[in-house]
Amino acid sequence: MKKKNFILIIFFYFLSTINVNSIEPDVFVQSTVNRATEILSDSTSKDEKINSLKKVAKDTVDINGIGNYTLGSIRKNLSDTQKNRYSELFQDYFLKSFSNRLVEYTNPEIDVFKKEKLNENYTIVYSLLKATEKRPEVKIDWRIYTKYPNNPLIRDLIIEGLSLARTQKEEFASILNSNNGDINALFKTLEEFSKN
Amino acid sequence: MIKKIVILLITTLALTINVNAGSDNRLILKKNDPTEIKDCFEKINRATFAFNNALDGIVFKPVASVYKVLPSPVRTGVSNSLDNLSNLVTIPNNVLQGEFAKAGVNTGRFLINSTVGLLGLIDVASLFGLEEYEKEDYGQSLAKHGVGPGCYVVLPVLGPSTARDTIATSFNFLGGDAWYNVTVRNDTQYLSNEDYYMSKVTGGVDFRAKNYDSIESLKKNSVDFYASVKSLYLQDRQQKILNTNKIISTQDDSDWEEIDNN
Repeated sequence: MKKKNFILIIFFYFLSTINVNSIEPDVFVQSTVNRATEILSDSTSKDEKINSLKKVAKDTVDINGIGNYTLGSIRKNLSDTQKNRYSELFQDYFLKSFSNRLVEYTNPEIDVFKKEKLNENYTIVYSLLKATEKRPEVKIDWRIYTKYPNNPLIRDLIIEGLSLARTQKEEFASILNSNNGDINALFKTLEEFSKN
Repeated sequence: MIKKIVILLITTLALTINVNAGSDNRLILKKNDPTEIKDCFEKINRATFAFNNALDGIVFKPVASVYKVLPSPVRTGVSNSLDNLSNLVTIPNNVLQGEFAKAGVNTGRFLINSTVGLLGLIDVASLFGLEEYEKEDYGQSLAKHGVGPGCYVVLPVLGPSTARDTIATSFNFLGGDAWYNVTVRNDTQYLSNEDYYMSKVTGGVDFRAKNYDSIESLKKNSVDFYASVKSLYLQDRQQKILNTNKIISTQDDSDWEEIDNN
């Protein structure tokens, strides 16, 4: 009897651990938004804000996944050295581009209102950036990678129906096409962007 | 008489066939996929884009920066008036796309807002429950009937477009836009060419002002600004053609699934 109780306790404890660790995508997005809002509303310098936003991005965005998506099928032809180089350059490029875009917003109010599970790997979380005197209301949808429910990650932002990852992918493809598919041309562009 | 009926029947049949071909949303999605649209004249397009960009810096950006600090009711009023005029192209296109209920609502909106709403300055129709629908144009109607976009083009001053949408725009000047008819074609003595061109320029400034920060941020954070604008324009067109609230990028997940399988 005691053994049975013990097994039951272990079983329920295990279940509750799973529930505790699993994070709902909409809760994850709202908490990420709250973190970013707190940074942007702070009275710190622009550089400090950029550094804090980069930290949020590292914690919550699947930078490697987006990098792979953005590069497209060409990555299959790269050597391991080139893959590693791309990964480093993309991370620098992404963090700079991401934080530069966000830092311009002061005190943004974003409300998460719906989520839609596409499959085991992806959930779309719908949100609204509230209108201000300067800009109209903006619809922002988040593609959340949910393969590991205890560690959801952002893979795309879809602003008014326009995917940022897709835009980035087409930008990279354009650079590669203009340079006969030479990956070094893309490396050079990313390097220059991060330096400036 | 019989000849006329035969022509009418053939035309109707041809139109029905096209409607059926075009009704397949998957096919329309595929045809208008940004990655499927060729940039046949990329060198010329890039040169025109550079010209437009310079023009933006000299004319549109400075004017928009002044316009955007005007009091909010003024900007809303201008924006409402322009939206109201756009109904004159949207309504015939609602009909061409078989959206008769939307054509009715938009006609009601136009009549109410043009009169009670003081020439469209105030959106009174929304208060009566006639909510605004997406704008439609002849390019979207052709796309709905299965016409592909052709090559991507950048027009001087007007900006990004496709071969189909450029040709479709000419319908506006061939009687398809009642606002053009009453101004430039002088169907009435009360309005003139200037009214038409002024409304178009104001539309450009209004768009630039609404997207001021986004455009500046995009310019600053793009590694290829031309490619970014092209992608965003074609994604937007694809969404407008399908008239869907569903995000286009979630309709085809193959690219995302592909990175998970490697």
